[in-house]
Amino acid sequence: MSSILTVLFNGVAYGFLLFIMSVGLSVTLGMMNFVNLAQASFSMFGGYVKVTAMQSFGVPFLASLPIVFIVIGALSIVVERLIFRHFYNTDDLTQVLLTIGLVFMSIAIATYAWGGTYQRIDMPSWLTGQRDVLGLTLETYRIFLIAIGAAMAIILVLGLERTQLGAMVRACVDNRRVAGACGLNTELIFALTFAIGGGLAGLGGALSANLLGLDPNFPLRYLVYLLIIVSVGGMGTISGTLIAGLALGIADVMGKYYFPQFGGFVIYVLTVACMLWRPHGLLGRQT
Amino acid sequence: MSAIERLTPERAKAATGYFARLARWNVYEILFWLALAGMYFVPNVDLVLMSQIFIWGLFAMSLDILLGYRGIPSLGHAAFFGVGAYVAGYCGKFGWTEPISALVLAMAIAAVVGWLTGKLVQRVTGVGLLMVTLGLNLILYDLVHRSTDVTGGDDGMQGIVIAPVLGLFRFDIFGRTAFWYALIIAFILFVIARAVVKSPFGLALVGARENPRRMIMLGAPVEGDVSRAFALGAALAGAAGALLTQTTQFVSPNTLSFQRSADVLVILIIGGTGRLYGGFIGALVFLILRDWLAAISPVYWYFWIGLLLVVVVSFFRKGLLPSLETLLNRWKPSKADGPTA
Repeated sequence: MSSILTVLFNGVAYGFLLFIMSVGLSVTLGMMNFVNLAQASFSMFGGYVKVTAMQSFGVPFLASLPIVFIVIGALSIVVERLIFRHFYNTDDLTQVLLTIGLVFMSIAIATYAWGGTYQRIDMPSWLTGQRDVLGLTLETYRIFLIAIGAAMAIILVLGLERTQLGAMVRACVDNRRVAGACGLNTELIFALTFAIGGGLAGLGGALSANLLGLDPNFPLRYLVYLLIIVSVGGMGTISGTLIAGLALGIADVMGKYYFPQFGGFVIYVLTVACMLWRPHGLLGRQT
Repeated sequence: MSAIERLTPERAKAATGYFARLARWNVYEILFWLALAGMYFVPNVDLVLMSQIFIWGLFAMSLDILLGYRGIPSLGHAAFFGVGAYVAGYCGKFGWTEPISALVLAMAIAAVVGWLTGKLVQRVTGVGLLMVTLGLNLILYDLVHRSTDVTGGDDGMQGIVIAPVLGLFRFDIFGRTAFWYALIIAFILFVIARAVVKSPFGLALVGARENPRRMIMLGAPVEGDVSRAFALGAALAGAAGALLTQTTQFVSPNTLSFQRSADVLVILIIGGTGRLYGGFIGALVFLILRDWLAAISPVYWYFWIGLLLVVVVSFFRKGLLPSLETLLNRWKPSKADGPTA
């Protein structure tokens, strides 16, 4: 019994990580219909920024997280203004190919800047080891991840439901042209959303570095997972992304633990079945 | 039920005339194939690389049937390539060493798989379609990769024997037989694919790409055509896979990888969709460039491939071949008649 709960717990922690990495992709996809596979590269660079900040500049772990968020958020604004905004009116396939091209380039850049090997990450002592919670022995770092992930999910949902920027974002997701006609500066809103989404992706990468390993092939390894989460959850919904992220995290960890011989098989079959059943995702709107 | 307009002999003749005109070969096409064949006589040419180019070109052309003519983007096209490759591999391993009949068998099995895939996805569109095709590809890869005792797993399948083509030409280490075998098979299949896309069926595919609702109104079996297009594309992809197995006498799960699905899409987009030749031009550019880049910068060549992709979608949004055509047409007066497909 306790082993099931521990596996479930690990799955939830993993799911929150995947949620943080993919939520920006989901919102930008819902808003601008822009398929940004380079989101996975933002995550990778987030991991590298954290490693560099901690090892070269001696920044403590907690302080490095906001730095990652700001740096990667700024980077995504630059990329959006320079490249992506010229591709908003093209079809899905062009966007997929453009951003896959950028992923390839980011892999080479990361190899050039940080080398092709896995990065060693030193965690502060208060985040290592295990703790006993309610009779279960749980890894401290995963508890920390769940706490941060849950906090992020609450902040994002409240921010989208209760703040003015959130209302503007929802208006743009619903109907960008009408929102623009009502006097909203949709370009600015989109750039801001993009920056927040990119910053979150970077944060997800930084948080995942010591669990999932960080090397230049990180984007290719997690690209498919991000795509699955976004399309299963339904684009443009935060709760859908959360549900899909948690489901994928739990299914993946449980699958690897109980049925190691099947590997990723279960996840792919579930994804295909889900997409055939609801082509717009679980919580996606039928258009 | 009465036909709205009777199909008179005159109208039938006019229609046949239209398709005959559409199917006429022009001088550039003949020159293109002669140039490919002529590569054999270029001194110091890498024959192995050339046969790889023909195989990739055929593979990209098979995707063109789906993407270029029917407008279905498939992120899992390597699945069909892999099916062909493994069927040819099993044939060679268990005594069916005659290559051409094994190739036909590989095509037939890939076509069945493709037809079933088409049945499955014919109602899905957009990102859902990308995800389903990608998912099916990953499922197949995972199955093959894990069934080590049946497929050899990661190590690939060993001990594949391929008899000489027509009992005359043995596959040699210089790739001379492979060159001609791959080129001739690719050419024959190209001719077949060309005849299909220039037939009423091909026109129906293009029509459904442009406006499916209207094609339904005209009475075209739009959903059935999706399965048929998948079957045709899969058969051609399976032939490309079988060619790879037969010319290298080896097959591994690599033939089914997502990487291959992405690469073939890149090749087709570089060359240009909806022309059948785009795949071959793209394969020529992509493989030669990759060979050259991997030699001069073994670690960072991916950067240049990525940059090439970004440049192509930014500045030649339709691919190299259509951009070139537009440039040529600007110089000479337009003589286009009828829909160009």
